[in-house]
Amino acid sequence: MEALIVNVLLAMMMVAVVVLARTRNLFAVIVLAGLYSFLMATVMVALDAVDVAMTEAAVGAGVSTVLLLGALHLCRSEEAKPVHKPWLPLAVTAATGLVLVYGTWDLPAFSDPEAPIHKHVAPRYLEEGPRETGIPNMVTAVLASYRGYDTLGETTVVFTAGAGIIALLRRRRRAAADKEAP
Amino acid sequence: MTRDMVLRVVAKLLIPFILLFALYVQFHGDFGPGGGFQAGVVFAAAMVFYAVIYGLDNARRVLPDWLVESMIAAGVLLYLGVGFAGLMLGGNFLDYFVLDPDPVAGQHRGIFWVEAGVAITVSGVMLKIFYLFAGRGTDGEQ
Repeated sequence: MEALIVNVLLAMMMVAVVVLARTRNLFAVIVLAGLYSFLMATVMVALDAVDVAMTEAAVGAGVSTVLLLGALHLCRSEEAKPVHKPWLPLAVTAATGLVLVYGTWDLPAFSDPEAPIHKHVAPRYLEEGPRETGIPNMVTAVLASYRGYDTLGETTVVFTAGAGIIALLRRRRRAAADKEAP
Repeated sequence: MTRDMVLRVVAKLLIPFILLFALYVQFHGDFGPGGGFQAGVVFAAAMVFYAVIYGLDNARRVLPDWLVESMIAAGVLLYLGVGFAGLMLGGNFLDYFVLDPDPVAGQHRGIFWVEAGVAITVSGVMLKIFYLFAGRGTDGEQ
């Protein structure tokens, strides 16, 4: 049943992507991208990754859609006709996709409990985690305690992204003010 | 800003519950799904929703720019502070066991403040990006 739900959702995402690539109206493209994110969030719920689903729904479908609509406000709402023929990029993309599919043949089967990644430190976290940290939610215990360094790095990445956006968009505004001043 | 009565009323009804859900995800993250990152983005999404319905100026009055920018740095500093607190108390960097005489309580304390730091930075960055994007069109017209 779960596999059926996930496959139906993935098929709907595929339809959304194909329609998205063929649509020229940018408003429709943004709405379709939001739809794609909501479908992805639903897939995450079906796979029991509720925290990822929450993030995907809030960032992918919510905030990103609003940001893209804000960007659309600054430009025209029809996509310009492509200057080049799409055959070379299409061939590169298809070839890369085939290589990636070839790469997945070597991976362990999906949700295989015998996969090497589940045999390394995961058993120790599962056995000792509740006793050492006293926290029933394993994700939080691993994320904030065992892997605290990684999460510090991630938080710094988010901080850097914010600082970069401030640096980029602020300078533009000051340049405009300088232009008006003389 | 929208003049649509239905949107304004529904937004006013929904936003308190979204904010409450963000707090729930933050403080219940030890037991249920969620944590600092999720709480941060849900909080930011609630503020973006408010700004879309009631206008950017009103949102800036609730959370002014200086506060949002301080949040971006404050979260990372709080996280680092927990790490250095572990060093001061004789442990390693980001060692939570030494934060309390009882090691398990120390873990709880460390994770609580670390998650708080993540939530503050994430919601600050999300809101700042939104403010900058949304403010551009209006700045050009002035």
